[in-house]
Amino acid sequence: MATERNDIEEALNRRYEAGFVTDIETEYLPPGLSEDVIRQLSAKKHEPQWMTDWRLEAYRHWLTMPVPEWAKLKIGPIDFQSISYYAAPKARPKSLDEVDPKLLETYDKLGVPLHERAKLAGVAVDAVFDSVSVGTTFRKELAAAGVIFCSMSEAIQEHPELVRKYLGSVVPVADNYFAALNCAVFSDGSFVFIPKGVRCPMELSTYFRINAMNTGQFERTLIVAEEGSYVSYLEGCTAPQRDENQLHAAVVELVALDDAQIKYSTVQNWYPGDENGIGGIYNFVTKRGDCRGARSKISWTQVETGSAITWKYPSCVLRGDDSSGEFYSVALTHHAQQADTGTKMIHLGRNTKSKIISKGISAGRGQNTYRGLVKVEKGAEGARNYTQCDSLLIGKKCGAHTFPYIEVKHPSAIVEHEATTSKISDDQLFYCRSRGLGEEDAVSMIVDGFCKQVFKELPMEFAVEAKKLLEVSLEGAVG
Amino acid sequence: MLKIENLHVRVAGKEILKGLSLDVKPGEVHAIMGPNGAGKSTLGNVLAGREGYEITAGTVDFGDKDLLQLEPEERAAEGLFLAFQYPVEIPGVNNTYFLKAALNAQRKYRGQAELDSMQFLKLVREKLRVLHISDELLHRAVNSGFSGGEKKRNEIFQMALLEPRLAILDETDSGLDIDALKMVAEGVNHMRSPDRAFIVITHYQRLLDYIVPDFVHVLAEGRIVESGDKSLAHKLEEHGYAWLDERRVPERSAV
Repeated sequence: MATERNDIEEALNRRYEAGFVTDIETEYLPPGLSEDVIRQLSAKKHEPQWMTDWRLEAYRHWLTMPVPEWAKLKIGPIDFQSISYYAAPKARPKSLDEVDPKLLETYDKLGVPLHERAKLAGVAVDAVFDSVSVGTTFRKELAAAGVIFCSMSEAIQEHPELVRKYLGSVVPVADNYFAALNCAVFSDGSFVFIPKGVRCPMELSTYFRINAMNTGQFERTLIVAEEGSYVSYLEGCTAPQRDENQLHAAVVELVALDDAQIKYSTVQNWYPGDENGIGGIYNFVTKRGDCRGARSKISWTQVETGSAITWKYPSCVLRGDDSSGEFYSVALTHHAQQADTGTKMIHLGRNTKSKIISKGISAGRGQNTYRGLVKVEKGAEGARNYTQCDSLLIGKKCGAHTFPYIEVKHPSAIVEHEATTSKISDDQLFYCRSRGLGEEDAVSMIVDGFCKQVFKELPMEFAVEAKKLLEVSLEGAVG
Repeated sequence: MLKIENLHVRVAGKEILKGLSLDVKPGEVHAIMGPNGAGKSTLGNVLAGREGYEITAGTVDFGDKDLLQLEPEERAAEGLFLAFQYPVEIPGVNNTYFLKAALNAQRKYRGQAELDSMQFLKLVREKLRVLHISDELLHRAVNSGFSGGEKKRNEIFQMALLEPRLAILDETDSGLDIDALKMVAEGVNHMRSPDRAFIVITHYQRLLDYIVPDFVHVLAEGRIVESGDKSLAHKLEEHGYAWLDERRVPERSAV
């Protein structure tokens, strides 16, 4: 048994594969946060005055806000003055052909090739490296279909009317502490616009990479789907292995007009910290979709395996009549990771539907919390919600917590909530092993089965990726 | 093939097997009968390598291997199969996928090439045909929501697919109606061969009408107290296990 324990220890300490650092000349803003820093940031990006003013307004509001403490997370104090709010590779290429080979190599290593020869078939990628987008693939092909897919910086320059119309219209400037901070200092992100009646011809994807030390990443994503359009979008995230915590505070806004459909998938693999809880990304994210139009549909799917701390609640505001929202989530916490995640489904329109499938997996000393709100407002006649919330525990030192909030103000609403907590049982493990499967394989198979309902919502190639990621993240969880 | 000598096993501090010995040769079918609590299931579990059993004395050789030194998955790959009394449900894991992973893990251990999906499916179809099982079970999650009979049928199907050298059936007949019982027996009989052995653990004689054993052993109070041919099973059926106690009284007082 002693040797087995050692094997497990070894597997447990396996390196986080995305933990490398790219050695590239980087331009920084000095650490610290003030109105001056925000003006400098805005000037660096040649932003119009309205954008600078918007940031300053957010900043002034942020100063008045307390740090939220309601989540079931233990977080040390964050020193916002010690963070650099802008870090970017010095060379700024005009097109993908001129991108520094070191950057291309970085994305190759992460399995997201950007250059012409090796581009992922059928997936357009926007690559965000620290504070800036370094390139977007398939732009011409998308433009031919009328789809705009570019970095947020470019969108502010080239499509100011669209940005002004929609930015902050789903997540207002003063929505919450981390969203306000993001409004003040966001540096880049992706912008997607799908015009009326267009079905986006390929998957869109943004790959976020934190590389620089002592910086935070504050990205902003905005997706607008006009009447009758469809888009499927995926984001991935990784960061180097470091002993310091790094801050990531993003805001994602989705707008779906009449009959539009947005499918948003996330595979989050930020550096989780080591087995003692040293280092790792603090991931504070505000994601919200507005089903503004009738019969619109927004679907969130997330696989959260990384980050030391995850604080995110991708939500849907079901404003349009007959609109629907979905949330499919797998959140895994191992070692000392903590996650407080879930969703909010706000039913405003008539006959609105929402569905929540949440799968939490806790291993090691990981703490995993599901926090969800289902709210049916006065006018939401015929609203319908189904929530299924399952927790799986591996080992004896981890925890799973569930906080479902339900507020119903219309008598016709039907709200269902089902929750289960289970352990990978010795019986299940023995059964698998007695058929010839090794212990680790048995665990990943049982976990994979547990997550099946969520994985099947992911685009095919990412479902495979997510499964692999879960296996790696769970290595050494049994013992 | 399997040689158990003087096996003593404790569970939670209590001695359950108290010096059990058994010798199984290739091609033989051994039935192990005995009253509840005699240690029948303990024997199956210990042989398959389940945790929680403390082996305090004795040896078990399987082929040229010391069985007790092997992990459960190694025992499986060496050709030992346990059909569970209570097959375990694994929600969300497709039955076919599970079996393919298990078979390939065993093949890998034995240094054989892994089967690709086409080869595997061919094998599956072949086994389904001889066992007269519908392929409907294959598309469902492992044992999830299966009826008692379906679970046992699935165990036999797994056994057929994994082609073990030694199969242990732990009360596979319990809770089965006569049709399901026949199906299980047919599966076993079909697999009987000169180089494969079976240990059939059962409480009732009924199963042995369909799977005719070469040897019948009676397990009581942690050791084999009586061995014989299939007629022993009939005697037990006739007289009940109490008959054994009567026969064992002198022996007991001698201890």
